[in-house]
Amino acid sequence: MILALQLSHFSAAALFALFFSVVFGITQRSTTNEMVRFGAYCFAMAMGGLFVAGWAMWLLHH
Amino acid sequence: MAKTETTTPDAQPTTAAVPLTPIAALAPAIGWLIPGAGHIIQKRWIRGLLLMAAIVGMFAFGVALQGKVYKPNTGDLLDILGFVGDLGTGVVYFLARIFEWGGTSITAANADYGTKFIVVAGLLNIMAAVDAYHIAIGKKP
Repeated sequence: MILALQLSHFSAAALFALFFSVVFGITQRSTTNEMVRFGAYCFAMAMGGLFVAGWAMWLLHH
Repeated sequence: MAKTETTTPDAQPTTAAVPLTPIAALAPAIGWLIPGAGHIIQKRWIRGLLLMAAIVGMFAFGVALQGKVYKPNTGDLLDILGFVGDLGTGVVYFLARIFEWGGTSITAANADYGTKFIVVAGLLNIMAAVDAYHIAIGKKP
């Protein structure tokens, strides 16, 4: 055991979105401009989906 | 009898054969072993370093969250697939096995997140290695 990190579901999902957006941006597009835009798009969609899913679960719970 | 000329456009090859150059073989292999290195050896420094940071960072967070590092197994199908995913990170996976990083079982939600981080880091590294191959064969700038 090196260290035990505790993250909330939101923080973990945001980190996940950040990392996969970087890789998707670089690997799925050809020019630098397109890479940045696609990476940002992936991140925005993931974060948007996270908020939508979060509110949907809150509504289902209440 | 007049000779008729027939053309068969479907018979023509649709893709040109890609010559196997040393860099085309080396780039994906190095890229798999060391995340981002497939790009770095082709002088795509920024892309390579960003890929390395993202993939190794994701793996490190997975380990820090006490995610499970799968071992070779013949048990549950999901465990086998987990091992294949983990193996995608190359040398980072072997270091994790040598130094026994990560948890051995998934006992908490954080450990479950960590396990997914580790598996996805491997899958992303395979995507990066394929991208390095595409650069090596000239399919991508």
